[in-house]
Amino acid sequence: MTQTAMNTAGMAEKISIRNLKFFYGDNLALKTINLPLYEKKVTAFIGPSGCGKSTLLRVLNRMYDLYPRQHAEGEVMFDGQNVLDPNQDRNMLRARVGMVFQKPTPFPMSIYENIAFGIRLYENLSRSEMDGRVEAALTRGALWKEVKDKLNSSGLSLSGGQQQRLCIARTIAVRPEVVLLDEPCSALDPISTAKIEELIDELTTEYTIAIVTHNMQQAARVSDYTAFMYLGELIEFDETTKIFTSPSDKRTQDYITGRFG
Amino acid sequence: MSEHIVTRYDEELNDVARRIAEMGGMAERLVDVAVGSLMRVDTATAKTVIADDKKLDILQRECEERAIMIIARRQPMAMDLREVIGVQRIASDLERIGDLAKNIAKRVMALDGQFQSKRFNTGVEHMAQLSLAQLKDVLDAYATRDVEQAYQVWKRDEEIDAMYTSLFRELLTYMMEDPRNITFCTHLLFCAKNIERIGDHATNIAETVHYVVTGQVLAEDRPKQDESSSTAVAYEKN
Repeated sequence: MTQTAMNTAGMAEKISIRNLKFFYGDNLALKTINLPLYEKKVTAFIGPSGCGKSTLLRVLNRMYDLYPRQHAEGEVMFDGQNVLDPNQDRNMLRARVGMVFQKPTPFPMSIYENIAFGIRLYENLSRSEMDGRVEAALTRGALWKEVKDKLNSSGLSLSGGQQQRLCIARTIAVRPEVVLLDEPCSALDPISTAKIEELIDELTTEYTIAIVTHNMQQAARVSDYTAFMYLGELIEFDETTKIFTSPSDKRTQDYITGRFG
Repeated sequence: MSEHIVTRYDEELNDVARRIAEMGGMAERLVDVAVGSLMRVDTATAKTVIADDKKLDILQRECEERAIMIIARRQPMAMDLREVIGVQRIASDLERIGDLAKNIAKRVMALDGQFQSKRFNTGVEHMAQLSLAQLKDVLDAYATRDVEQAYQVWKRDEEIDAMYTSLFRELLTYMMEDPRNITFCTHLLFCAKNIERIGDHATNIAETVHYVVTGQVLAEDRPKQDESSSTAVAYEKN
């Protein structure tokens, strides 16, 4: 992997991925990945379809456990604990590492319940405390103003962009430390996309964010660090400004300039 | 370098690069013709420079518009982004070079009928040759993406600066020798300054070539040899 000298002094690694390999059955999908996710920074994962970026994201909160014949080797250190440890409490892990998917996935319940549902799994709150948490999450998700008068309407009645912001609000409602975004804007119009990007900017004051995106400009806009992956390998990891103005590896250059044949 | 998936994108980038080459050739010719007309105080030729400079301005605007179009349409990244930024910078340097050549040509008009002497010309002519060589080299460096050649141009600019300083002293001396020389020598001095600035634009282009190719900014401080701002020549009363 190519990496130039980055100024990482004083930067804390929230998650440290070390020698990570991932298998779909016998198929090696991630080939020895080493990568830090810096605390309260946005790291973007880019690369052509099938390069392993979504797979990598799914390892970080053990989402792959839901499927048979998938396993990971190596270490994913998260605040000193190995996420891949078989004894890892997955429910706690997923509360600390939240995830938002490509397609908005609101629960078929009211907007209010969409947020409250997750909180109830981890905390026992009074009605008024819960109201406060729901409002705070929806405000943080930049959705409060649009839905405050119809909290009892179904989450499915919202537009695609609103649903996606609802999902982000739901994710941050349980106060995670890391937020994983898997192509969160690919199904959204430019206005909703801009709102989500604005939201990502705001969230970095509190959260460590990893985002997978096929939109290069989006990666350039929202992230502090960018990782370029290709065929299961991490090709280059560097500061985003460096990656998009003068990347070190020719493959990165070819990909981001649209020369990948 | 391999080609873009979108062929049209390559064509657009090649198109602006070609326009820069065309502008470069035109700027070189303007400087050459302007200096030639100065040496012979040939007003008819000088007029062609003034007219041709307009064409250079038009080309520069076209380059600029096309570069903006590429940014808007393709959102260039990495080397492509540097390429497009390079096109804009170089186009504006070349346009300025055209302006400086035009200014020399305008002075030729003013010199028509003035007292003059061939011996004053040598220094200016020599400086012009050096500036033109710099311009030619840097345009070659751009065409071939030759960082080393661009760096050499960048370093050599101090020769022009030094030459300007000594020319400044020389022309001052002529003026003190005989006040009838003053008009001609003053115009010549301004022309020399223009030529020195043309050299500066060549070094700007060298810096741009370096950036376009490497992605790095030339970090060193360029050696400065133009000391005319602190030059005094003693005037002795007889």
